[in-house]
Amino acid sequence: MYRTSCSKLTGAWKCLPLDGLVGFSVQQKIFANASRSRMSARSLIQLCKKNQAEWITFQHLCFLKRQYVKSSTGLCQRARPKQEPVSAVLDDRDDSMVRQVQQIPALKPEPGSEVSTCATESNQVEPEADRAARLEARQWKEMRVQYSDLPEIYARLSKLKLTALVVTTAAAGFAMAPVPFDPVAFLMASVGTGLSSCTANSINQYFEVPFDSNMNRTKNRPLVRGQISPLHAVSFALACGIPGVTLLTLGVNPLTGFLGALNIFLYTCCYTPLKRLSIANTWVGSVVGAIPPVMGWTAATGSLDPGALLLGAFLFSWQFPHFNALSWNLREDYSRGGYRMMSVTHPGLCKRVALRHSVALIFLSALGPVLDVTTWTFPLVSLPINLYISYLAFRFYRHGDRQNSRKLFFCSLWHLPMLLLLALTCKKSRVAQDEAAVTSSSASLAL
Amino acid sequence: MMNVVTARFLKFRSLRPCYTNINFSLRSPCRGHRESTSQAPKHAKQAGRSGFSPAASSIYDWIGPPDRLSNLRLIIYHIPENETPLERELRHLRQETEDWNHEFWTNQNFTFNKEKGEYIQSQLSAKGLSERDDDGRKRTLSSEEMAVFYKHFLDKNITRHANYNRKWYRRNFTITFLMARVTLHNMWRTLTGQTRGTVREKGKTM
Repeated sequence: MYRTSCSKLTGAWKCLPLDGLVGFSVQQKIFANASRSRMSARSLIQLCKKNQAEWITFQHLCFLKRQYVKSSTGLCQRARPKQEPVSAVLDDRDDSMVRQVQQIPALKPEPGSEVSTCATESNQVEPEADRAARLEARQWKEMRVQYSDLPEIYARLSKLKLTALVVTTAAAGFAMAPVPFDPVAFLMASVGTGLSSCTANSINQYFEVPFDSNMNRTKNRPLVRGQISPLHAVSFALACGIPGVTLLTLGVNPLTGFLGALNIFLYTCCYTPLKRLSIANTWVGSVVGAIPPVMGWTAATGSLDPGALLLGAFLFSWQFPHFNALSWNLREDYSRGGYRMMSVTHPGLCKRVALRHSVALIFLSALGPVLDVTTWTFPLVSLPINLYISYLAFRFYRHGDRQNSRKLFFCSLWHLPMLLLLALTCKKSRVAQDEAAVTSSSASLAL
Repeated sequence: MMNVVTARFLKFRSLRPCYTNINFSLRSPCRGHRESTSQAPKHAKQAGRSGFSPAASSIYDWIGPPDRLSNLRLIIYHIPENETPLERELRHLRQETEDWNHEFWTNQNFTFNKEKGEYIQSQLSAKGLSERDDDGRKRTLSSEEMAVFYKHFLDKNITRHANYNRKWYRRNFTITFLMARVTLHNMWRTLTGQTRGTVREKGKTM
């Protein structure tokens, strides 16, 4: 069974003069073999040279076009990974195929897609996958579930990398709690948080299909590409969410379960619709990001301590330099898609808030020893990275250009893991705390 | 110029070919493809956006590349033999939602690009610059200048966007709910041993 683009070629062959059909069956086999066994260009050309006299120019050209890469210096022989999809030439133009016998159509970049600088910058997460998706995107595809692709589809649907980051913050919250480390509770909290995050991300994508189609950053998502149906996505979300929240409620404690469910609700029912209504969505989104470490802490201790809120505050403040910098370069896409983001509607506020919260991180770090979460070394050790991100936020505030926003964004990506790691290393030792408690109680007894 | 192009695309989209079989006149003329029994499926003279016809033996829907204007993907729905009323309702709803979406986004993108072009031109002429510089390249404005336009566009269209949002959510929920009903209905029929021309199990359908 041929792939769609091959079947288009076979259809086109019917338009061509009769003497060309001599090599028809041979060519069919060659194409079938080529697509199945991926013969190299060289061996294929050798095979084709045998039948050269019988070949029609158009097929020859099309076949060669599949193997050649068009570069600015001309056609090259070696089949390299293509920059531009050659199959774009074989796009939906029936009558033009006959005309192509006379000339090689020039490859032109597809409108408004790959060359967008926004796409290249904001697609740091999956550039290779996007390139492959671009090539596939030109073709018609059967809407059937490819079971072999399902793991990848689910990974994209649940934004697996983001989920991993969320689980990391929850794990950090768990580890920072001043209680003996319980591996079972830790595992259950991590898995439960991960499943909740998968649910929230899937529902978010389910809601946003037409908007995602129109933004470069998100146009390769599974629902946009039709790899699964909306029902399938919702079923997946439920299949993750129900066990996830149940695991948190029953396996850890009800408070954590409640926080998990609250987070899903905030993300899907508050943040996602608000994105198109008001800039308040950024604050709601920051709360959503702040809850996982709180969940980790409550999973360990079972109560909402000031320490939990401090960790939540770290994440809350961090979201602003992170997201405001990211959204700065996506203003056109946001505007066209109808998203109300600070960077578009209130650019001054956007920069101010990013700066404000970067500086706040310094003061929050100072609160660590005050709340007995960390030792006094933590504010000192974290000062360099906090100062650096504040400096970048200040430059972003002053200049507000693409370069500074990108620097700030990339800094935020490593800043958070570093901060959490430092907090962990400077965690107030439980032994020291117990000793302090014992000495104070013995002192009071002596009196 | 763009107006004509857009209008033509919108018109053709509504006249999209219907890949029904011999009973063309008996079925409602909406887009879909049927399995062939003895002959290749007939379809209207290709005047629509897509020149694609699914393989005759395919029992699945087909999804196409992103549309040039709306960036949404065209779907050709499979019409099974003995389609139940529920399935027909679902197909019509999906079809209609797709067309409605396509129209909205085509207008949105077209309006955005048009207004953006006008804005750039007005800014350039206010500065006394021509559209192209000495090298023949198009002049662009700085991102700060463009940001003024982006903000203005968002503010101008806030009500329209909010309305679209509301309607889209409602349609999305309805379609998904209907899909669930169809799937459950088909599963029930399979379990109770009722069959029809083509059995559509949960694993096969999208």
